[in-house]
Amino acid sequence: MFNLFKKKKYPEYWKTYVEKVENCKTYANLDNIRFVALDTETTGFDYDNDRMLCIGAVAIKGNRILVSDSFEVYIKQDVFNKETVKIHGIRRNGTEVKVSEEEAIIQFLAYLDAAVIVAHHTKFDVTMINRALERLNIGPLISKQLDTNYIYKKLSCPNDLKKIASLDELCERYSIKMHDRHTASGDALLTAQLFLKLLAKFKKNHGINLSNLIQTNYNLSR
Amino acid sequence: MKNTIAERIFDFLKDFPPFDVLNTAQLLEISTNIKVKYLEKGTVVFNQNEQPHFHFYIVKDGAIGLFRSMDDDEIFVDICDEGDIFGLRPLIQNDHYLMSAKATEESILYAIPVEILKEIIEVNDKVHKYIIASFSSNIKTPYANTKALFGNIDTLDSNNINLTDFQTAQYSKNPVTCSKNTSIQEAAQIMSAKRVGSILIIEEKNSIGIITDKDLRLKVATGIIPISEKVSTIMSSPVITVSKNITTAEAQIAMLKHKITHLCITKDGTPHSELIGIMSEHDIVVLQGNNPSGLIKELKRAKDITAVKYIREKTSNLLKSYMRQNIPIAFVAKIISEITDTITLKVIEFSLNEMETEPPVKFGWLALGSQGRKEQLLITDQDNALIFENVAAEDYNVTKNYFLKLAQKINNKLHLVGYENCPADMMASNPKWCLCLDEWKQQFDSWITQPSEKAIMMCTIFFDFNLVYGDKKLVNKLAKSIFKSIDSYEIFLNFLGKNALINPPPLGFFRQFLVEDNGENKDQFDLKARALMPLIDAARLLTLSHQLKNKNNTIERFEALILKEPQNKDLYFSCIDAFKILLRYRTNQGIKHNDSGRYIELNTLTKPEKLKLKGCFKPIKDIQELLNVRYNLSQML
Repeated sequence: MFNLFKKKKYPEYWKTYVEKVENCKTYANLDNIRFVALDTETTGFDYDNDRMLCIGAVAIKGNRILVSDSFEVYIKQDVFNKETVKIHGIRRNGTEVKVSEEEAIIQFLAYLDAAVIVAHHTKFDVTMINRALERLNIGPLISKQLDTNYIYKKLSCPNDLKKIASLDELCERYSIKMHDRHTASGDALLTAQLFLKLLAKFKKNHGINLSNLIQTNYNLSR
Repeated sequence: MKNTIAERIFDFLKDFPPFDVLNTAQLLEISTNIKVKYLEKGTVVFNQNEQPHFHFYIVKDGAIGLFRSMDDDEIFVDICDEGDIFGLRPLIQNDHYLMSAKATEESILYAIPVEILKEIIEVNDKVHKYIIASFSSNIKTPYANTKALFGNIDTLDSNNINLTDFQTAQYSKNPVTCSKNTSIQEAAQIMSAKRVGSILIIEEKNSIGIITDKDLRLKVATGIIPISEKVSTIMSSPVITVSKNITTAEAQIAMLKHKITHLCITKDGTPHSELIGIMSEHDIVVLQGNNPSGLIKELKRAKDITAVKYIREKTSNLLKSYMRQNIPIAFVAKIISEITDTITLKVIEFSLNEMETEPPVKFGWLALGSQGRKEQLLITDQDNALIFENVAAEDYNVTKNYFLKLAQKINNKLHLVGYENCPADMMASNPKWCLCLDEWKQQFDSWITQPSEKAIMMCTIFFDFNLVYGDKKLVNKLAKSIFKSIDSYEIFLNFLGKNALINPPPLGFFRQFLVEDNGENKDQFDLKARALMPLIDAARLLTLSHQLKNKNNTIERFEALILKEPQNKDLYFSCIDAFKILLRYRTNQGIKHNDSGRYIELNTLTKPEKLKLKGCFKPIKDIQELLNVRYNLSQML
């Protein structure tokens, strides 16, 4: 098994990514951690048949959302599902400059760097990305991951735990103004704002370090 | 790369000054470099005396309170809400923060790197001006830079006397036109139907010629050219074109020079740009008729009250056009008061003629309140009083009845002209306000020595009297006596001072509400009580304390005070500026809503308007503080 792994020839960009995550030393101090709030728009919810159309992301560091450190890429569509067009508004031959899935992944990994991923229903977005990585014979992502949904659950009272909260619900609950719902970057920004709010609340209740936060991920399975 | 997030921030910023005057590239650069900051309620953004950050802030959501600590006290200075900028001044002036900023509710801030803005300021003058103005409400020495604080200062300062010559000429915006192939008969029919004396011949939006009544008379009615011919055979060509900003004087010169009676107004003033209107000699005559000296001449010739009423209505139009053209408000006030005084004079003349006998003794007609101060721009109600010479006791009743009867006539006529009766009956026809000299002296003396709340209120109205008609000596005697009374009962000024502080200026605007010092919210802002009266009251009190006579006008009072107290020069100058802005504001509001302009709907104000108003509150606050200290008022309250 080990041998098999060794033989495999990984592309440079993947090796760089793995190296960066493994050697990252900033995780100890929350203010130094670079978080990347991300969202993907996809042709649908089927991991096997659907594809990513767009990845949008924005970085958070030191309790600030850094607009200058944001990311947006549109991907050429092999799979086209006209049903979801009305949700994400990305047409097969729209005006956005589109790149191949591989190019998108290369750009994204370079952007992601050693950052901690933050998303709402992270599992979905990360799985979508991982499937794309699989098609390139690399992956899966080894970045640390947080889910605003789980952080919220950790904060809320027990009877709310079973319910899965949507981004809309949470934005409303925390009075975050919603425009641009269902564009990847727009949702990434909402997620980033939600994350900052939750972080402030979480700090009050728990005192905080990254492992506390990551623990929230296992709330549901427990 | 497409950047949806930056675009969204761009969309937010573009509505708020100074970002609204930036070009797309500049604003996009700012948007791309913004940091979004989330603050829990109570979180501190920066502390007083802290070194400046690299960013200044604009409130996206929520509210940020600005506080100044002195000793152990924390004074609430201002509150910033959506779209407000704060924390910029120290960055520009390389100074530490003078105030602390704290989230008074959960907030989201956009942090903007100051370096980008500095670059923009250098090339964009509008932004520069806005930034300077925005410092006015939270700068250490707000008066150091008074001239730059108020955007329209240049229009306030200039003193044009020959106003009509500089007024922009009026013209008809929908000129009657036809093509060059139209027959003369058709053209004449169009002119008759539209009731105009001229028609423009146009080709592809450009006017190539004009036909006037005169052409029809000289060339067609004489039989030289048949009516079936095309208009092009008789039209005068080419036409003289001018731009729409031409002044009356320029228009007149152009007509004289070319010996013509019509000018075409085109977009850029050249014959090749689009036609937007036509100006005739008649338009100029009308405009000249609507000037102050014309109106006053007409008033003097007026034969009856209907003519006076008509002229008064014309005065309202004059006021509107002055306001539209941003003519200096002090000048406008002078003109309108002059006309109002002349109207009153004429009305008194008419009334005297109706009396069966001549007045038994000398008398004077006094305008009170805003008319007395010559600050009445909009038509408000009449406040007036009558003073007559002392008479022997046995003649008193007859004399008083005579003047009451006269006053009644005058009040009625003023009402007819359009000045509403005073709801509090402060009119000369009220026996209480139609008194002989000694009675007036006593009246003022009792107000001064027994300063009840009501007496003080009376003082604020009656102290601003101005003689409109009659004997100057009577009024001078009265004024002398008033100053004597004040001199012998100095504490009166403290009472007057206390009254001047009844209405503190609001701290600022917050959402649609005013943040009052006492925390009370109103959705309508009382411009008169909250902003104009404090300045008027302060000016009156201070001039009285210096015994400055014959200074009844707020601006003149402050000007006189500047000479008396050069050490407070800056403050008084800023009071004058604030007063001018507020008076203009009130007048515009009054014209817009056809009322007294006293109340402002706050949600109709734009951000720059709010900022400008807010800038006026600062001098009010400062002059009230001066009164407070000078008259030791905190101990009286």
